[in-house]
Amino acid sequence: MSALNRNILALREMSADEIQLILDQAQEMKEILSRPIKKVPTLRGKSVVTLFFENSTRTRMSFEMAAKTLSADVTGFAASTSSVAKGESLKDTILTLNAMKADAFVIRHSASGAAHFIARHTSARVINAGDGTHEHPTQGLLDMLTIRQHKGTLRGLTVAIVGDIAHSRVARSNVWGLTKMGAKVRLVGPRTLLPADVEQLPVEVHTDLRRGISGCDVVNVLRIQMERQDAGLFPSVREYAQTFGVNRSVLREAKPDVLVMHPGPMNRGIEITPDVADGEFSVVTEQVTNGVAVRMALLYLLLGGSNDASGH
Amino acid sequence: MRLVIKGGRIIDPRNGLDTVGDLLVEDGVIAWCGQHLPDAMALDGDVVFDASGLIVAPGLIDMHVHLREPGFEYKETIESGGRAAAAGGFTAVVPMPNTNPATDNRAMVEFVARRARETSPVRVWPTVAATRGNENELMSEIADAKEAGAVAVTDDAFPLQSAELTRRVMEYCATFDLPLLTHCEDKTMTRGGVMNEGLVSTLMGLKGMPRAAEEIQVARNIRLAELTGCRLHILHISTARSIELVREAKRRGVSVTCETCPQYFTLTDESALGYDTMVKCSPPVRTAEDVDAVRAGLADGTIDAIATDHAPHAAHEKECEFQAAAFGMVGLETALGLVLTRLVHAGVIGLADAIRKMTVAPASILGIPGGHLSVQSPADITIIDPDERWTVDPEAFQSRARNTPFAGWELRGRAVATIVGGQIVHGDLVRAPRGRVRA
Repeated sequence: MSALNRNILALREMSADEIQLILDQAQEMKEILSRPIKKVPTLRGKSVVTLFFENSTRTRMSFEMAAKTLSADVTGFAASTSSVAKGESLKDTILTLNAMKADAFVIRHSASGAAHFIARHTSARVINAGDGTHEHPTQGLLDMLTIRQHKGTLRGLTVAIVGDIAHSRVARSNVWGLTKMGAKVRLVGPRTLLPADVEQLPVEVHTDLRRGISGCDVVNVLRIQMERQDAGLFPSVREYAQTFGVNRSVLREAKPDVLVMHPGPMNRGIEITPDVADGEFSVVTEQVTNGVAVRMALLYLLLGGSNDASGH
Repeated sequence: MRLVIKGGRIIDPRNGLDTVGDLLVEDGVIAWCGQHLPDAMALDGDVVFDASGLIVAPGLIDMHVHLREPGFEYKETIESGGRAAAAGGFTAVVPMPNTNPATDNRAMVEFVARRARETSPVRVWPTVAATRGNENELMSEIADAKEAGAVAVTDDAFPLQSAELTRRVMEYCATFDLPLLTHCEDKTMTRGGVMNEGLVSTLMGLKGMPRAAEEIQVARNIRLAELTGCRLHILHISTARSIELVREAKRRGVSVTCETCPQYFTLTDESALGYDTMVKCSPPVRTAEDVDAVRAGLADGTIDAIATDHAPHAAHEKECEFQAAAFGMVGLETALGLVLTRLVHAGVIGLADAIRKMTVAPASILGIPGGHLSVQSPADITIIDPDERWTVDPEAFQSRARNTPFAGWELRGRAVATIVGGQIVHGDLVRAPRGRVRA
């Protein structure tokens, strides 16, 4: 039987115990990744479909490598755009794929709630790999795993998330995951990039970068999308970089052993200066490794794999 | 044929009537209404119905529906929408002009009226689009449409963005004494929006539509009504500040009325959690504070009328991603039950006031006949069991569409019979025992 008897749709919907279980399991999975032969038979005979309605090479590859390391069979389905635009409804797509008897779907979609919708129409387990501007739970988990590895715990830490909070599924997952695990979260950005009624979330809200990261243990820098400028949410990329770009000077406001994180891909020189992106505080590449470990843990916990090579 | 409805509680707000009594229908018009029908007037052969324990009300009028014909017959037709109206206790409906082609000229108004005569069991009062093709550019031939039977001009679903164009439409409406019904929404603030903007849209990661986008246009349109003398009616009002603006304008004597719909006194944006597309409508359902304000506005008379904004859609238009789903919900077959359950039985407004907002108020805003039980007026009557408990079952709808967020809700009160021009178009009336028939 599987240890996690549910889909992974949103960290807001998960308990601290479940998150703890996943992080502990991911820690074990990370050990497999450091072996010379990175393959275990745990999920042999299980099929995983990665269903990406929105491009994301790195997240898709991370999931595929996780599944393959556990010996699951992986099939990729890449829709260049929303299925509605293609003429087939998302429901029809799911009913078709469901009929092919996959054990798990990994969903990336531009519509918030798409993973919830799919979960209602399939008997397979569903993992949300990012839905619109809602959540990106596996990114939240890998961020937490990375912090925990460096700080030993999440409890009592202060984590600043800087940038386009309004459109960030990474921020939403981080807020819920971190606060459930006992960390304090600050959201930092200009008013135009903060979502409505953000003060009602269990967070501190800052519109001044220096004050926002002052005394922080972690600064998680979000990618700025250039189209937000065209939408009139900030006047210019130059001004954004000057007022909200994370550089060495503002970083001195944070704790001396601050961790700098970024979900990637980075705009060096815009939301983060190159020396910070590649500097001693940065744990960006570790985040990528931990992403594979977290996804292995989730597939293992959801699909009820057995460590016994003969299966069960 | 004569029809006697005996012993019901007759509530006719326009005539100040609330009494247990009898109603006699003869040749499609009301021949007697009020106290016990004198024995001398009863004839052998009268069909007599026992309405004891029931409410006998003027036929309900829904001043805001979408019948989808022509152009979207797969969602609804004038016939199926008419049947849904009858099933919900409505004897007349007012369809919005966002059909395809738009109902924006005499020929289209005549088409709607003709299809209604041919197929609908209830009366249909057409409206005309404020602008040609609903394109927000050129004014429609409003006077010609009025001659063809249009009872109002409206921008519903395509809110007039330009203040200048709105002003000129209002002046023209005033010239021809037609009310302008406006959907208040500043589209520059709601582009891409799919629900109310607030904590819940933030939690769900959905683009919000701020309440200010409605309120700005409510304020602007009130100001333009003052400037032009146009009779302004605000469609489906949904926010606390919008209602306050109307309250203040009425106090100053501005010619403004407004309506709301059951979803705005029943649901909050939290009902969208879980991405239930049935909840998606425009304007979106708001917050608890707004719901309270809608109830208060209904209670103090700021909100004149209750309509449904019956917005039928096919299943596939709702079984999809929330942001891709169509806006709107059906309402004709649940409205009365929600009004009785959520307003009357909940003590927000009285029964007579609820009936007023669904009968004489819409009739008087639009200047159409009906909405009362005066002798010699057409026998449009709704008979209501205010206490019947029932469960909303979309599969049982007469509407072609099933898109309701109220499926499975337990409601108290519904229409047991609907009579249009003396004809029973919905319901099985219980014939009185033979002994009660006086001859």
